[in-house]
Order: sequence, then structure tokens, then C-alpha cells
Amino acid sequence: MENNRQNGKVGQQQPLTLFEKIWNAHVVTEVPDGPTQLYIDRMYCHEVTSPQAFAGLRTRGLKVFRPAQITCMPDHNIPTLDQDKPIRDEISRNQVDTLDRNAKEYGVNYYPMGHPKNGIIHVVGPENGLSLPGMTMVCGDSHTSTHGAVGAVAFGIGTSEVEMVLATQCIFQSKPKTMRISVNGRLGKGVTAKDMALYIISKMTTGGATGYFVEYAGSAVRALSMEGRLTLCNLSIEMGARGGMVAPDETTFAYLKGREYAPKGDAWEKALAYWQTLPTDEGAVFDKEIVFDAADIEPMVTYGTNPGMGMGIDGHIPALESVDVAGRISYQKSLDYMGFQPGEQLVGKKIDYVFLGSCTNGRIEDFRLFANYVKGKRKADHVVAWLVPGSWAVDRQIREEGLDKILLDAGFELRQPGCSACLAMNDDKVPAGKYAVSTSNRNFEGRQGPGARTILAGPLVAAAAAIAGKITDPRTNI
Amino acid sequence: MEKLNILQSTCIPLPLENVDTDQIIPARFLKATSKEGFGDNLFRDWRYDKQGNPNPDFVLNNPIYKGQILVAGKNFGSGSSREHAAWAIAGYGFRVVVSSFFADIFKNNAMNNGVLPVVVSDDFLAEVFAAVKQNPAMTLTVNLEKQTITNDLTGREETFAINSYKKECFLNGFDDIDYLLSKKGKIEEYEQSRIRF
Repeated sequence: MENNRQNGKVGQQQPLTLFEKIWNAHVVTEVPDGPTQLYIDRMYCHEVTSPQAFAGLRTRGLKVFRPAQITCMPDHNIPTLDQDKPIRDEISRNQVDTLDRNAKEYGVNYYPMGHPKNGIIHVVGPENGLSLPGMTMVCGDSHTSTHGAVGAVAFGIGTSEVEMVLATQCIFQSKPKTMRISVNGRLGKGVTAKDMALYIISKMTTGGATGYFVEYAGSAVRALSMEGRLTLCNLSIEMGARGGMVAPDETTFAYLKGREYAPKGDAWEKALAYWQTLPTDEGAVFDKEIVFDAADIEPMVTYGTNPGMGMGIDGHIPALESVDVAGRISYQKSLDYMGFQPGEQLVGKKIDYVFLGSCTNGRIEDFRLFANYVKGKRKADHVVAWLVPGSWAVDRQIREEGLDKILLDAGFELRQPGCSACLAMNDDKVPAGKYAVSTSNRNFEGRQGPGARTILAGPLVAAAAAIAGKITDPRTNI
Repeated sequence: MEKLNILQSTCIPLPLENVDTDQIIPARFLKATSKEGFGDNLFRDWRYDKQGNPNPDFVLNNPIYKGQILVAGKNFGSGSSREHAAWAIAGYGFRVVVSSFFADIFKNNAMNNGVLPVVVSDDFLAEVFAAVKQNPAMTLTVNLEKQTITNDLTGREETFAINSYKKECFLNGFDDIDYLLSKKGKIEEYEQSRIRF
């Protein structure tokens, strides 16, 4: 065990960050003036970014090196209705069938469409205890940063790198710089983890953490539930960060204990003792430290076409003059796409669609918040609402808690799990020019369908918009 | 991977910032199971209108701009990790992308597909945009061996960073995976002592 803690020579007790401890324990070799060969404990694969990797393996005549450490499931293309029937879109079906064939041929863990454990990878991993503290985890998906919430190093990779991990369980990575973002104090009433994340990204900008691995800390982060931490870490990539993580603590351990793939009995005790050594040491130095006050965070909405273009729900869209000269063409293009003017407020704007779901906000807590808000109210007639649980496990829990009935009484129906309208690879597309209040992670042009206009928000703002039919501050109603 | 050392080429300017991978290749075009053909849908929603006709205002449809070098605004390639974005850029015929800042995952993906990301100063970038607007036939020269990029119109030269391992890969056309496969022994040795749960 000690062999892999390349923390310096024995006797040198240099304080280390959570990130450094995990990274150091996974270094296989270092290429001189080059990247690190990093060992990967677990890789997740979905149908969109893996077919070319398996094809590459086949061309080279290689096997999967460690199939037990690979878990695959389709999530991006799958429909959210009629999952018991074949997928209608032929090319979507081909991609899902390709994963099916690859998973079986190469003997990796596999949860096909309709399987009780199927869902969005970044929801399924933690909820089954597949994602554990101290691990390195990758997936051909930028939102892999989600899994960092359990106190792990998890990040998105490209398909060439997926092939490398399939073949060798390793990838090459340049060691990122470290950043600690502390949010101190208490979040106000009606302010969620999503609002915290959108607030941080609006301050950092969409490329502000590029090159860094972020540790979230501070009392407001500590106070978040596991679901909240997963939401927060999920959005790390939206400010360019390689990944995000939260030190494991009692909240983490309580969440993981008893989950299917979490260690049991003596192994649990042993793992726990190790996990408790992971938090950043007193005196460890980060390349960058940022501090925010939780009291400054309001329910957030975005007004532009990248997640950094966010503001408090009562805010005004910034003037063109407030933007760097080099960025003004992009800024104006963004507002034109959204149909918004500088100086405008979004409160009171009529909206057309509401999407609750995705790897950002498709967990049980998000559905509880949404259901709690809409209880006893009615969905606005003109709003199309898509409520998509992040996994079948979330769906089962929604029903066990009776949330489905509350939602139904308020005019909402649940759909079947998948990535859905977050990136609209299935049929869940927002029509051109329509406004969608979406709990997902990206408001890029065309993300939710060609011409679709996305306003990112948390589950409470989404609930308030679905009821009022317009952008509404949820705090006035809770 | 195709080798790359010295490239002198005209360039295609895209002076927008934060160009995300959803714009480089929209999600609905990610359903293929091979790496071919993505160049046809590079910048799809900017390049074509709803009916699929070329949008004359978009730079790729302007016949006066051509070349193997794409020059883009700050924070190019943000967002999704989709390697399809790199396949689309390589598939269209670009060998080099120049910007003042690249998103991490895109940068790795580009390098794994023989597309060299060259980071230049904001000032150098602004000068290239101005120069190419005035004279679309102007060329840039990228010299990987020397790690320099030259604006051939003004003669201004900058050096760019690349780690020596990746540089060797480009100069010789090597893939990471070949190197990793040669380290199997080291990996198995590591596994003997790794922390398991």
C-alpha cells in the first residue's frame, strides 16, 4: 500500500492536498518532460464515445485488459418513452446496439436499456457504490467530474483515451494545477447546490478554471448532501476545470455504506480508515485559492449561450460595454440567439418548456424539491414539462416516496431515465426559438435542439417556472 | 498518426470566443460508430441553414479563405469531451488550430488525432485576425521542431509550448497507445501494490 504513496521520501511530511494524495497513489511512470502514466481504477463507457475505441481495440487485435474495472451503459440516445420497444431512430439504435455487442464480446460490466440499474452513468455510478473515495475514474464524457463528489479524481476523456484505458487501464495526463474554491457560511432559503455552482461559474467564467483540478471546500459545501455535492462537482467542467472534488467525510460515508459495490464488513473498515486519511492536510498549498460567501448566492438563471453567463434571478443582463472588447462579437451573438437585450431582467419572461433531469439534477433530492414546490399547485397550461429521472433507481425511489402522485396531481408526468433533453440526441428536442428552463448543464446554441433557447437553473426555479409559465423567483412561494 | 513538422499555409479566421464542441459538431451528428465523415458537419449549424443550404456569411463558405490552419478566438473547444470535434476538424483538413487559449480536453483530443493546437498571445492573435481580413492570402508558418509560429505577412514570430514527449509523437507520427502497450510490465507491477477496495 505504501509503495504507491509517492509522497516524497520517508520522514518528509510535506502537507498534501486531497487531489495530490490520490494522484500520487496512481502514478505508474512519469515520462521525462512529458505526461504522467496514470492508473485508472474505474472507467465508465456510454454508447456515443466508445464505439471507435472498441473498434480500435479490434483493429489492433487486443482484449480489454481489466474488464472487471469497466462499466458500460447506454444513456445519451435512449428514448424516455417506450423503452420496452426497439429505438425508432435507426442510427441511434445502431449506436446502442454497437455498445451491446461490444460489452458482451469484451466481457465488461453492462447495464443495457431497461435494466433495473440503467440510467445516466453519472447518476448510476455513485448510487451503486461503484464510485468510491480515493479512486481515479474516467469516462468519455466531460461530466465525469461528477464522481469527484465522493472524494475521488474523476475526469472526462476523449475516445482515443478510452481506447488506451480499455487496452492498458492507464492514460497519459499532464498533472493539472490545484485550486481550492471555498464557499463559507449558509445558503439562503430556496438556494440550491445548482445555484451555488452557477454562481461560482458566473464569477470564474467559462474558461476560468482551465488547467486546474478544483477542490470545493468551506462550510456551505460541507453542509451539502451527497446529491448536492454531485451537482456541484458535475458542473466543474463548465468553468473549464479538469475535475472537481469534495473531501470525503461523514456525509460521504453514510451515503456509501451498504450500497451494492461499496466494500462490506472488514473491507469497509479498512477502506474507511484509508479514506479518512485523504482530506487535504493542514498547510497544504494550492496553486490558486478562491473564496465566496454563501450569503451572496441567489437562485440563478443564465441569459446567454455558455454556463458562465449567469446571474441572480432578479439581476439585469450586463451591458455590452461591460464585456472585453475581444469578446463583444461573441457576447452580442449570444444575446441575439437568446432574443435578449442588455439591461433586461428575466423575471416575468414567458417560457415554453421545463426540463427536470440530467446528470446535473436528475437525482432524488431534485425530484423532492420540485415535487415539494408544485404540491397542490397546477402546471401552467402552455408549458411542456419533461421530468426525467436520472436512473431507474431514482424512478423507483420517486414512486416509493409517493412523489409521482404529487407530480401527477399538479399536471406532471414522469418519463423514463436517460440523458434526454440535456443534449437532445433522442426525440426530446426543444423547438427552434422556444425558451426552455432546464436543470441540465449547458445552454450552448442548439444544445437542446437546433435553435432552442436554454435558460439553465436549479430544480426550484424550474418548478416555479413550470407553475407560473414564466421566470419566477421560487423564494416568494416557499 | 500523420507526421507534422513544418507547415506553411493560408488560414481560416474564426474570431469568436468560447467556441464550444457543440458548435464544432452538434450532438445529433455524434451517432456514427466510425471516425470518418465528421468533417462534412464541422460547424454544421453555423455553416448551413435549416434547409441544409450553405450560409454565405460563414467563413468556411467564403471561397477567399482556405488553408490547413484554423485561427480561432480565446477558449476554443470548451464543453463536451467529444473527440468527434477533433475528428471533424481533422476530417475537414486542418492540421493546426491557433488560439490564445484552448479547453483542456479538446487540446488532448486534437493532439491524439494529429491536429496541433498552437497557443499564441492575445496580441499575436489579434494581429493575425487583422492581417487575414486585409489579405486573405497571407500565410502562417508553424515550425514544430523550433516551436515557432510566424505571421509571414508581418514577420512577427512567437514561440509556443509543447512537451517534448508530444512533440516527438508529432514529429514521428507515434500514438500514445503504442507507448502504453510497451509498458504492460510496469502496469502489472503497479497493480500488485495498488490500493484496492
